[in-house]
Amino acid sequence: MNTNETPILEVKELGIDFGGLTAVNDLDLAIYNKEIVGLIGPNGAGKTTVFNLLTKVYKPTRGTIFFDGKDTAGKTVVDINKAGIARTFQNIRLFNNLTVLDNVKTAYHNNIRYSPVEAVFRLPGYYAKEREIEGKSRELLEIMELGDFADVTAGNLPYGAQRRLEIARAMATEPKLLLLDEPAAGMNPQETDDLMRMIRFVRDHFEIAVLLIEHDMQLVMGICERIYVLNYGMLLAQGLPAEIQANPEVIKAYLGD
Amino acid sequence: MKNSKGIFGYLLDSRHRSRTISYTMVIAAYIILEVLLHSGSLSNLFQGLLVPATCYLVAAIGLNLNVGVSGELNLGQAGFMAVGAFSGVCVSGLLAGTLPAIPRLILAIIVGMLLTAGVGFLIGIPVLKLQGDYLAIVTLAFGQIVMNLIMNLYVAFDSTGIKVSFVESRFDLEPGGKFLINGPMGATGTERIATFTAGTILVLFALVVVYNLIYSRNGRAIMAARDNRIAAESIGINIANTKMMAFVISAALAGAAGALYGLNYSTMVASKFDYNTSILILVYVVLGGLGNINGTLISTVVLFLLPQLLRGLQDYRMLIYAVILIVIMLVTNNNVLKTKMGSLRRKKA
Repeated sequence: MNTNETPILEVKELGIDFGGLTAVNDLDLAIYNKEIVGLIGPNGAGKTTVFNLLTKVYKPTRGTIFFDGKDTAGKTVVDINKAGIARTFQNIRLFNNLTVLDNVKTAYHNNIRYSPVEAVFRLPGYYAKEREIEGKSRELLEIMELGDFADVTAGNLPYGAQRRLEIARAMATEPKLLLLDEPAAGMNPQETDDLMRMIRFVRDHFEIAVLLIEHDMQLVMGICERIYVLNYGMLLAQGLPAEIQANPEVIKAYLGD
Repeated sequence: MKNSKGIFGYLLDSRHRSRTISYTMVIAAYIILEVLLHSGSLSNLFQGLLVPATCYLVAAIGLNLNVGVSGELNLGQAGFMAVGAFSGVCVSGLLAGTLPAIPRLILAIIVGMLLTAGVGFLIGIPVLKLQGDYLAIVTLAFGQIVMNLIMNLYVAFDSTGIKVSFVESRFDLEPGGKFLINGPMGATGTERIATFTAGTILVLFALVVVYNLIYSRNGRAIMAARDNRIAAESIGINIANTKMMAFVISAALAGAAGALYGLNYSTMVASKFDYNTSILILVYVVLGGLGNINGTLISTVVLFLLPQLLRGLQDYRMLIYAVILIVIMLVTNNNVLKTKMGSLRRKKA
């Protein structure tokens, strides 16, 4: 972390209430370019709610979110993706009836464009752009080690591969910040190791920042450069992995008194 | 994507196989029927069914884009056909003296298509922003409203211009003036300029449009919005816009089909395009398989011809039709059969 730099994502005093329930309150976050940051906390701490706030699935009750130097107030889910935040989902959300390759191709929707007229009448622009989309999509599939699955229907993929496909699809929107919601859930230790390597590669290769929610401490401590700990919707602690591991407050939140 | 295998390799490539089959089926059917037509071995009844069959094919292909590919239920496809039919009849009637039949037919189809697309767009604006079955409700109402409007619409023209009214059935027409749409009596005295060749070309056009759209950036977006709305939004796809595209193109194809249909009969009443016709087209699409264009082609032809061919059985006609529908539903929804078909398909690929 270089504190002289302006953060790519800067969250100040963020909060949301659902009726009388305060799900997230007074949250400050800052994520810098090319960082891998972890967001951890016990079940129900509000981690996924934070993702939904960052991507505008929920409108914040309080606080501000600045992304890439701009206030995101009033933006929609679609706008946020166009601005450069991509995400994966805790409960996998793929386009189950499309092939693996088409899932990734779909995500180039806004970055490689041609008009419906070019598509319907197969004008030269269509072929050039489709070749570009296909090339880039296959490249992402190779990075996420899904090359062999390109023509498989996404709904038929093994669980671990579905999680990797979600990351490939998110990367196809060419984001500056990638939000991963429990990317290693349901993976065995070997798959988790491979996933860590892939996440690091994606960060280095595409020079993006990554914010990830994860319960697998092997992964969190292995690749996160900084960690935020959330408990009851509030920030409990933040710091380097070693600091977090030694923090008595954090241990208490996870294990109880 | 062009590849080294040449045109035949391209056509037989697994990604293009379904469209190759579609084009082949349509062209083969056209050639066979044309030969039979010229050798005089088609009955009058059958000859009269050729153009309507192509109209229903076009409307059904369009509806499959809306219901199968985009996943929105549309119960008003006949209403869109009506818009196309009566606007097409008016265009053809107005230009009867000035243009020969073929360009007039093309113009009528284009006008019918564009007008219907415009109407579809207007209906889509409020509805497609909502989630759920609102489109079904609104299109159902739309179909009924259009039918009733046209049944009370009077359009006439003479040397002084075009006269349109919803109440006035007696215009003071100059000599040579003519009614294009005459309220409940519908369009009368229409010159029959629709041909089987034009119908076949329209079917091929509909296939090209729908297939090219499906295998494109926009088609992927439409299917993504169908499969998972939240995920589609998260990758920057505007759901309302993509659903609108599918809906408008579906309506436009129904409009084109309607224009051709209207110009195939000298008399056409609006009640022809009622709720039953919408459901009929939906049945073609659902039984053919949602999103499956070849299925739509086959089921439309079979289910359209069936009641006509059963005509000799008179009273039992609709009974047999209903039994066949039920059998098709049972067979196509049979899991054992589906798995067998699936494994066959995988072996081939």
